[in-house]
Amino acid sequence: MSSLGGGQPGEGGLPPAAPEVEPADQAQVGTDEWVARVDERRAAQKGLSGVVVRGWERLPAPARLIVLLGPFAIFPFITNEGNLYRYGLLTLIYALLAMGLNVVVGFAGLLDLGYVAFFGFGAYLYGIMASGHSGHHLQAEIAIPIVVVSTALVGLLLGLTSWRLLGDYLAIVTLFFLQAFVIFVNNANGGLNDFSYPFVGKVDLTGGANGLDRIDPFNLFGYHITTTKGYYFFTLISITLLMTMLYFVNGSRTGRAWRALREDPLAAEVMSMPVNRLKLLAFMFGAAVAGFSGTIYGAVQSGAFPGDYDVGLLITIYAIVILGGLGSIGGVVIGALVVNGAPELLRSSSNARFLFYGVLLLALFLAMRPWYKPLLVLLGTVAFGFAVHGIASAVWSRGTAGHISGGGPLGRGLEHWVLLPSHTSSIAGWAYFALIVAALVLTLLRDWWRALALIPTLYLAAFVWENKLVEQVSGATRLIMLGTLLVVIMNVRPAGIFGTSRVEIV
Amino acid sequence: MALLELRDVSKAFGGLQVIDHLSLHVDEGEIVSVIGPNGAGKTTVFNLITGIFHVDSGEIVFEGDKISGLAPHRITNRGIARTFQTLRLFLNMTVMENVMAAEYGQTKSTLLEAMLQLPRSRKEEKQIRKLAEEKLGFFGQRLAGYRHGQPAYSLSYANRRRLEIARAMATNARLLLLDEPAAGMNPHETHEITELIGKLRDDAGYSILVIEHDMHVVEGISDRVIALDHGIKIAEGLFDDVATHPLVIEAYLGVRAETEEAV
Repeated sequence: MSSLGGGQPGEGGLPPAAPEVEPADQAQVGTDEWVARVDERRAAQKGLSGVVVRGWERLPAPARLIVLLGPFAIFPFITNEGNLYRYGLLTLIYALLAMGLNVVVGFAGLLDLGYVAFFGFGAYLYGIMASGHSGHHLQAEIAIPIVVVSTALVGLLLGLTSWRLLGDYLAIVTLFFLQAFVIFVNNANGGLNDFSYPFVGKVDLTGGANGLDRIDPFNLFGYHITTTKGYYFFTLISITLLMTMLYFVNGSRTGRAWRALREDPLAAEVMSMPVNRLKLLAFMFGAAVAGFSGTIYGAVQSGAFPGDYDVGLLITIYAIVILGGLGSIGGVVIGALVVNGAPELLRSSSNARFLFYGVLLLALFLAMRPWYKPLLVLLGTVAFGFAVHGIASAVWSRGTAGHISGGGPLGRGLEHWVLLPSHTSSIAGWAYFALIVAALVLTLLRDWWRALALIPTLYLAAFVWENKLVEQVSGATRLIMLGTLLVVIMNVRPAGIFGTSRVEIV
Repeated sequence: MALLELRDVSKAFGGLQVIDHLSLHVDEGEIVSVIGPNGAGKTTVFNLITGIFHVDSGEIVFEGDKISGLAPHRITNRGIARTFQTLRLFLNMTVMENVMAAEYGQTKSTLLEAMLQLPRSRKEEKQIRKLAEEKLGFFGQRLAGYRHGQPAYSLSYANRRRLEIARAMATNARLLLLDEPAAGMNPHETHEITELIGKLRDDAGYSILVIEHDMHVVEGISDRVIALDHGIKIAEGLFDDVATHPLVIEAYLGVRAETEEAV
């Protein structure tokens, strides 16, 4: 299997190995080959998801690139400036950044917790070379290569300390490096406590806690990139090129050696691979990519601020890489889309509502077998809701007096189904508590009892959502939803969206 | 001249003398077996030869050059490759990739060349793929074409052992160190491995140093047998001589009660 998306790589751009063997169709029951393919047949997915997966695997690599990035190329023409920045540009910058981390962690298996320091280093270094703050205005076509090479060298220095470190120890040292970087940029403003450099004395390098402001927009060969759209396409082109190159690297001797080193460093060393040098190379490569994305981020923000390059960003980038699938080249794009896009989308209550009911339905249909059971539960819940609503409107008029917040077509429909008391606060609080109890009770029930108990529980969940959670949709609810979404995705695709599951010990 | 020579090699872990002034040699085209009870230091000898451990004293010479002290990957590039007693394949890579990865030392193209798909990178890639197919072809139906794209973890135990040997062959070695190649195999597979080791020497021209517990295998393949106990060579020679050597019997079975009294 060769794929941009899959963890198992293609071997360069070379033609497939031997034409002599055609899969499964020729194989005879009982022959050596038929027996050898038993796992494959068992793992073959059925139904719609199977069709999608097989279709994806059959696509040649360039077609996959188009399927993945094509929508991004269209996006600027169908949206406004603000959305393009929030959903498009930031997603792309995160994806680019995550692509470098994917080499370090996903390919070479080095747990680098200082990775975003290189991102910050790139932004600051570009700012020092081209900003109103520093007074220099270097052109981007000169500044960017300088940044890329210097970040790679810093990566080399950090890598050298890791020469003999593995796993947990490497994580600690690199995390320390990140903290040291943040403290350094917070203080290197040429102030009283700052140290004086040889030859130049005290210099305001980073602007300290106020940040390095007025960073120049890219001036590439005299062409100034000033719009969001401009940076968007610059980043998109960079990602396309980097993905293509990574695809080639993955199937080359270096890519294979990185993956071998991840699998078993000792065996890799004994099988003629210079493990330490390969580790350094991975570190440098990742750092260079991070430095490059840092320049873009610095220019887009027209400033570099210490708080932007802290552990929070590190966690986001790791989430992207893991969600997309460790070691998968295409996965990081989808990972960035989910991790960056979902919280932004959830800011609006009608979007959040669609997601809430969508996830409920999806979970219901995925978790319950056979297929008619969730369908019965669903119909039962709908009927139950209308019945409760009908009774309530006859005997408890306050219970249906409220209105849906947010609205939308789904919201208007729900007004006739879910109970909406006019003063909700205390009732909704108790309902929230009852929902948790009901969810716990559900885990104790079996089979049809559980299906039966699900009906009021689902209705209760809808009640809690419409009366309590939806009001705080831009606050706590958004995070709860995001967490739930991640849990659901990780359950459906444990190795990440594009990841292939890894076997540790067999 | 001997292909590989250990001259008076010693190795201690803390106070435990694992290898004690050991000398041995493997000639070109020879199959030499190392036997001995558990803990005799057999695998340590392999780890010393391949550079995973460094010798405390003495030296290891390969084709007339001293190799003790070199990094493991350099020793492999000189022409010594090994397999592991507890299999250490790259489980999540395909069968083909496992073999191609071991050809790292014979290729030169850089990361940049691979990124830009420059001619040298593509040419090398074609060459090593062909070489890898050749090495896998040595195992006939067992690692045949349709298996090349399968992940290594999907192979059976016996096939993993074969793949490890194929991977060692791919490093372009002249001397193979096989650490218990027949461990965990059924009698039929053991027989196959015995034939395979013979073929490795006769058809493919490798010299082989092998650690093995199965005496049928040792009897079937060895030109010469070396018996170790507590890091000391207690016997060396033809299989029949070593197998009946009193010190070897003592090492495996212990000393008779009356002999003990006599001592």
